[in-house]
Amino acid sequence: MSDKNYLTTDYTLRSWFLTTDHKRIAILYFASLIFFFFIGGAAATAIRIELATPQADLVSSDVYNRLFTMHGIIMVWFFLIPSIPNTLGNFVVPLMIGARDLAFPRLNLMSWYIFMLGGCITLFAILAGGVDTGWTFYTPFSTLYSNSYVIVAAAGIFIAGFSSILTGLNFIVTIHRLRAPGLTWYRLPLFLWSLYATSVILVLATPVLAITLLLMATERFFGVGIFDPRIGGDPLLFQHLFWFYSHPAVYIMILPGMGVINELVSCFSRKQVFGYKFVAWCSLAIAAVGFLVWGHHMFVSGQSLIASLVFSFMSFIVAVPSAIKVFNWTATLHKGSIHFDAPMLYALAFIGLFTIGGLTGLFLACLAYDVHATDTYFVVAHFHYIMVGGMVTAYFGGLHYWWPKITGRLYSEYWARTAAVLIFFGFNLTFFPQFILGAEGMPRRYHVYPPEFQVWNVLSSGGAAILAVAYLMPLFYLGYSAFFGRRAPANPWNAPGLEWQTSSPPPEFNFASQPVVTRAPYQYNEHFQAEPQNA
Amino acid sequence: MTEWRPPFALVGAWLGLLVLLALTVTLAYVPLGAANAVVALGIGTIKAGLVAAIFMELRHRSGLTLIFAGAGLFWLGILLWLGSMDFLTRT
Ligand code: HEM
Ligand SMILES: [Cu+2]
Repeated sequence: MSDKNYLTTDYTLRSWFLTTDHKRIAILYFASLIFFFFIGGAAATAIRIELATPQADLVSSDVYNRLFTMHGIIMVWFFLIPSIPNTLGNFVVPLMIGARDLAFPRLNLMSWYIFMLGGCITLFAILAGGVDTGWTFYTPFSTLYSNSYVIVAAAGIFIAGFSSILTGLNFIVTIHRLRAPGLTWYRLPLFLWSLYATSVILVLATPVLAITLLLMATERFFGVGIFDPRIGGDPLLFQHLFWFYSHPAVYIMILPGMGVINELVSCFSRKQVFGYKFVAWCSLAIAAVGFLVWGHHMFVSGQSLIASLVFSFMSFIVAVPSAIKVFNWTATLHKGSIHFDAPMLYALAFIGLFTIGGLTGLFLACLAYDVHATDTYFVVAHFHYIMVGGMVTAYFGGLHYWWPKITGRLYSEYWARTAAVLIFFGFNLTFFPQFILGAEGMPRRYHVYPPEFQVWNVLSSGGAAILAVAYLMPLFYLGYSAFFGRRAPANPWNAPGLEWQTSSPPPEFNFASQPVVTRAPYQYNEHFQAEPQNA
Repeated sequence: MTEWRPPFALVGAWLGLLVLLALTVTLAYVPLGAANAVVALGIGTIKAGLVAAIFMELRHRSGLTLIFAGAGLFWLGILLWLGSMDFLTRT
């Protein structure tokens, strides 16, 4: 066999932009997502600087509205939703099941182009003047009053939705059809169970969002009475449709993160994941029950009390499978031989932050408390704990874990650990004060506030500055390692997964010969006694 | 895709849909009270069935495809069920 790998087979631009190799497409996504993360992050920085003082001394209210909308839209649709599935997932799914590629390699490339088209259209809306509706596009504001670029932004999101659907489809078919001989469902790594559940949500929920945005455009353009009560519509219909997608979408954002954590916790405590089947089925349970709780975003919208009670009850149920996962990670750690390598630090941070985020979700699921907390910083803190503390942390953890496989290089363990600790610290300093602000009644989406809230806001903005630096650090040490790092062995963590049984970086078609699976996953104790060798 | 089907299945289904459409429009003008909605929904269901079975070729598919198609329908049902529960019980 030649020593060419997927990175060195060809160097032309054409070979990158017309590639059908899932590994190269993952890299394309990776680069695009860094770009979007920066744009979303820049908006966040501006927001936090503005909020450091009670007065409006940086931007006008109008600009502020556009800033938080841009932050929300970019982060949700152009970073969080595609992040783990499209980069790490794209890269490791075929490797983990012992396949040469995804089931539909060309569709995979097309998904990236569709995603970029949607992204560019949304960016155009932002450059042309921005959107001020909030990422939720609530009617009637978005259909009647807002004179910003609502339709253009919505068109971008609509198009990006197709990319989501196609990716979900590709993963589902791949996991069903292309598993290596012997790789039964219960031998599947848990990351793949979580991506499978995520894909089901992507395929079933995204069309509803697309239709909702289409209806919104129809009403805005033609004045057809869909949401506007004066012409026969119902304004709550929009919220029902929007949250029917968006609550499951929050699970699109967190389930892949949970999947990554399974791999990390197991690898760095050198133990099988405790309760494998429970964890696997909990992913599917979360995906399914997650479709039944959207009304908890509408407790104060004027929906019927009966509906609110049902949705409140359901919300408590959906918390159960998430909690089971946390218990199982903890049980996996118990008596494990724990190694505090950088990916493990991210995993531990994830478990703590996700637990706080999930528990405060239960507060919000209580009707009475939610009436007090709706549209305050308590909600902002809740979802940032899950989406940033959870998802982004898991993303970094997974990135470090598979980095040697992706690039064939080792990064500096010292800098990686420092960044992980700094992210944890900066994150908590940024978002914990927001729980207090929210409980005291500071509304979200305001850029002027009473002076007594300033202390907590200054802490939060200070934390955000630390967090910004901490998020930039990997760019440097990982970037450095990609070119100058030490060569990575095929299996630097001494892990049993199939993806570690091919060279780092893998050859173009992943495996020299078709692997055959004979054992359950995560067999660390029996066959893998050695220490991880990453220095 | 493997099996070739005479196009008259498609044409027939299309004509069927047109007839059903005409029926929907006509019946909408016949005062049946509450039954109007039931009739309209009934016809709608038949139309959707025709599209699924013939245009989407679901009648030739097995197993997994049917499960996913059914799941889509099931989840749409959830959206309509819980959503309309709000509309019907609003005070
Ligand atoms: C596990 C992943 C979760 C994620 C990613 C997540 C994310 C979010 C997001 C983004 C919002 C804010 C939406 C907005 O208004 O802009 C939110 C609000 C909310 N979440 Fe979660 N959440 C999660 C789990 C939970 C759980 C387990 C519960 C309940 C048991 C819950 C209950 C709520 C409630 C009730 C609200 C609405 C608060 C309000 O607007 O008054 N969440 N969540
Ligand atoms: Cu929700």
